[in-house]
This record gives sequence, structure tokens and C-alpha cells, in this order.
Amino acid sequence: MGEISLDVLKGISLEIYPGEFILIIGPSGSGKSTLMNQVGILDTPSKGNIFLEGKDISKLDESGLAQIRGKKIGFIFQQFNLLSTLSALENVTLPAIFQNLPEEKRKKRGTQLLTQVGLGDRLHHKPTELSGGQQQRVAIARSLINNPEILLADEPTGNLDSTSGKQVMQLLSDLHKKEKKTIILITHDHELVKFADRTIHLKDGMVLKITGKRRR
Amino acid sequence: MIKDFILLPLKEMRRRKLRSWLTLIGVIIGMAAVVSLITLGQGLENAIADQFDALGNDKLFITAKGNSLTPGLSIDAVKITQKDLDVVRSTSGIKEATGLIFSTARVEFNDNVRYFFVSGMPTELEERKLIGESQSYHLLKGRWLESGDNFKAVAGFLYTEDNLFGKEADLGDKILIQDTSFKLVGFWERIGSPPDDQSISIPIDAYQEIFNKPDEFGLLIAQTNTGDDPEKVAAQVEKELRKSRNVEEGKEDFSIETPAELAETFSTILNIVQWVLIGIAGISLFVGGIGIMNTMYTAVLQRTKQIGVLKALGAQRKHILTLFLIESGFYGLGGGLIGVAIGLFFAKMVEFALVAAIGPAFLSLEINLWLIVGTLIFSFVVGCLSGIAPARRASRLNPVDSLRYE
Repeated sequence: MGEISLDVLKGISLEIYPGEFILIIGPSGSGKSTLMNQVGILDTPSKGNIFLEGKDISKLDESGLAQIRGKKIGFIFQQFNLLSTLSALENVTLPAIFQNLPEEKRKKRGTQLLTQVGLGDRLHHKPTELSGGQQQRVAIARSLINNPEILLADEPTGNLDSTSGKQVMQLLSDLHKKEKKTIILITHDHELVKFADRTIHLKDGMVLKITGKRRR
Repeated sequence: MIKDFILLPLKEMRRRKLRSWLTLIGVIIGMAAVVSLITLGQGLENAIADQFDALGNDKLFITAKGNSLTPGLSIDAVKITQKDLDVVRSTSGIKEATGLIFSTARVEFNDNVRYFFVSGMPTELEERKLIGESQSYHLLKGRWLESGDNFKAVAGFLYTEDNLFGKEADLGDKILIQDTSFKLVGFWERIGSPPDDQSISIPIDAYQEIFNKPDEFGLLIAQTNTGDDPEKVAAQVEKELRKSRNVEEGKEDFSIETPAELAETFSTILNIVQWVLIGIAGISLFVGGIGIMNTMYTAVLQRTKQIGVLKALGAQRKHILTLFLIESGFYGLGGGLIGVAIGLFFAKMVEFALVAAIGPAFLSLEINLWLIVGTLIFSFVVGCLSGIAPARRASRLNPVDSLRYE
């Protein structure tokens, strides 16, 4: 049995600039998740290169990639992916443990972030005691704990009702506008295009078109 | 950081209580077995050491060859006689010597017949003292056997209770030994071993008469002079006895043992038994370790997605490896803690039961702090070792595949 090679992304060349709000949109099977895994350096490309701040990071070992993920990228998942054994505050501060941030600073920053996302009164609640929207806001606070420059959101509103979805998008929009975070959001929801500076339309692993304007 | 790496696995273990307990059971059984067996073994060793300390180091025990631990049971032609006792007494370095003989006999009291040890004892004051010191005989009530006591007897402690013959024996009662009537003039204090506490002491002359063994001892006990080296005196006695019994060196038909040698023999036997038991407990611990490994492999499977999330959040291989190793170490440590508690409790219960049943002579338990600390460290290490392979697998999982895992 040999490995089967399948080219999911075909000839994609993208530049994303600091402070941009990028939407990657496309139907199922278009290669959105694969692109996100590459951009989020959860995976390395079999061919081609990924540059972050001018440095080629596609050849880094796993430890090097993990360090970059921890410091530079904050992940927000469709299914929130909070640890059920931990409280909201513990979930938020979890990534800071891997960056050796002292406990006191972690707790202070975690509390501040949860307050920022409107959950200052839910610090010690477990994920099961929170609504979907609240869980996603905890996940957003978690993505910000190490003050990353890039937020990578994979269908962040996919599991939420419309009200919670709007709240989450408003939060991301605020982070983009007020804190100048680079946001890369993957979705199949065309409603979200209005939040983005540029929208990259994917189909069959290729960039179909790029709409919107690059911010300078 | 370390605190977090301890708390995270603990929370995971708490979440899966039933599985955690089932995993712990294997380690608990192994550790409880190790701790209780070692504690009981040491208790037994302590008790033996106490017994030999009570004997004093200045005693020599001389028996016919092949007869050292069961005096009086020899049925072969090799005998220890009055002539040997005289040789021992006259050897330089010997302060006092005496002889006694044991065998099982028919004992009848209150119309019940039982078979117990009967010992023929000297009745001279100095010899009696030597027997008392070396055989742990202390009077509970009545008196010792004295010169001129022909058919008198001193009975073991259990005769003062009603479960031997259905009735408590008392001073002045008559008891039949080999169909010869003896009057009870005393009772020994509880020694702690049933054969001793069920035995009866009668004057050696009476013993030789009813058993028709006119010139025979089962055991000679000699006391060396203060300041003399018992080992050297023993060598001298051996030499004199060889000469008197006309045997060549290396072909002696008798043996001489000092308390130190006897203690060493017991200790060696006990150590072998203890190691065998620990080996058996070790197998149980090995099974416990396999249980931990199985649990950890299951945990890696169940938490594959979580591992992916942790990696996405910046966890490196070493972080995942540490988290899973600590978790498996905790299974070992938790099992060790409960196992130590159960092991000590079990050992104490055995001591309690044994002391209640046969007295304190067999067991003298001590809680060994090093054993407890050592066991806990060992159990943590067993846990960690069992977790190495699953933890390595967890740490090497690909983040993308892990995140996709459902």
C-alpha cells in the first residue's frame, strides 16, 4: 500500500498584509480548510513555500512551527474546541501556559479578555454551562491571550444562531478595527463578505477571484 | 508551569472517574501486596531478632546432627548423653550447662486426650535459670519444678484456658501424661507460640522414666563466661566433644549453634520467602502497569482532537509528552498511595489477629517510612514508564489529522 498523493490546492499564490481582514470563501471541497491549515501552519506544504514576516516557515520543524503558532497565530474553531474539564478562564489562559507566562499575569490578562468579550461574570463557568455564542466568545478570548498578530477563524459562526453569530462577527470586526489584528476567516457564508477587506473565492483548490481592496 | 502540568492531567482523571478507578485497582493490589508483605516480613524478622536478643548472645545450643530445630524429635541412633553434658560443663569458658528433652506425648485431662509436647526439665536452681533465660519460660502462677519433684508438672499458658480440654486446669490438678499422673504445681506465662503454650514441663528424671530414655538429651544449653567470645568457646566445645565422641573434624554427629547463627539462618530463610512473595506482588504490579498503558492508549485515542487543539494553541511535542506522562505517573502514584494505606492496614490487621490468636512473639510491626516513600516513588515511576509509549504516540500526532478526528 502506497500513499496516494492528491493536489488539493493548485497553484495558489497569496499575499496577506498586516491588519487585513481576509475572508476565504468557497463551497465544500474547494480547499478552504487545507488553505487554512497551511496559513495556520498546522501543516506544511508538500510543494511551495509559506512566508511569515518575510521568513520562509515551510521548512521549520514541528517545534518551530508550534512556537510560531503559539506566539503569532490565534485559532478560532467552528466547534469552539474548548476543554470541557477547564473553566472559561482556564481555557482562555491555556495557550499562555505553553508560552511560560507567569500564572498571575495569565489570570489578569485572561480576566481582562473575558471581560472584553462580555463574559466577565462567567470566568469560572465550565463550557457546558455556557451557550454556544458564549463558548465562541471564550474561544475568541483564548485566541487573543498571547496577543497574536493573526487571528485565524474557521467557520466561527457555523455553529451559532444568527444573534450569536452577529455578536461574534462584531467582536472580530472590533478586533480588526481597534486592535489592528490581521483576521483570516474561512466561511461559506456570503453574508460575511461585508466585514472583509478582501474576499478570496476558492473553487476546486484554485483562486477563482479576489474581491475587495487591499488596505494600506 | 509545573503546577499547570499537574492540574491539567488531574482534571482529566477526575472527569473519567470510573476508568481512573479501574486503572488504579491494578496498581493498588500490587502496591498493597508489596507493602503488606514487606511490612509483615520485617515484623517477623523484628520478632525473631527480639527473641534472639532475649536469649542473650552468651548461649550455645548443642544437638545431635540433623536435629537442630526440632529438639527431641530425633529418632536416629545419634544421641546426646550425660557424658556429653559433662564434657561441655568441663570445657574452658563454660559457666553453666544443662540438658533437656522434648517429645510429643499423650496428655489426658478432664477425660479428654490430646497430644502435645512434653519436656523433661532440670530441677537444679542454676540449670532452671539457664532454661528460663534461653527458652522464654516465665512463671504465671505456682512454682518451678524443684529437686525432689518427681511427678509434678508445670503447664503451658493455654492450660489456664478452657479450650484445650474443655476445662481450665488449676494448681493441684492431676493430669495424665503417657498414663502417668502428674500434679500441676505451676503455669507458664504466654510465650506466643501455640506448641510452647500447649506444652508441659516435667522433671527430666520423670521424663526419662516414662519415656524409657534413661540417658538422653534432645538439647544441651550452655552459657559462656562473661567476656569470653561465644564463637571461640563454641569451637572449643566442638573440639572437646569431637574428642569425647571420637569423631573426625568435618564428620561431627552433633552441631553447635549460637543465637547469632540461628538468627542469621532464620533471617536468610525469611529473606528468601520475602523475595519470592515480592516477586509475586511484582507480577501483580506489572499487570497494573499494563492496565495504565492500556488506559493511556485509550486516553490518547479519546483525546486525539484535544491534542490537535493543544498543538494549534502552541503546545509543542514536549508539552504533550509531559502532560500524558504526568497523567500516567499519577495513576501509578494514586495507586501507590491507596496501596500503601491498604497494605499497612492489612499488615496491622494481620498483626492484630495474630497477637489476639497466639500472642506477640511472632510479629513486631514497625511502620517503615523509607518503605512508604520508596513505594510511592516506585509506583510513580511504574506509572510513568507505562505511559511512555502512549505519551510518545500522543506527542507525535499530526495537528491537522488530530483536529479532524471525531
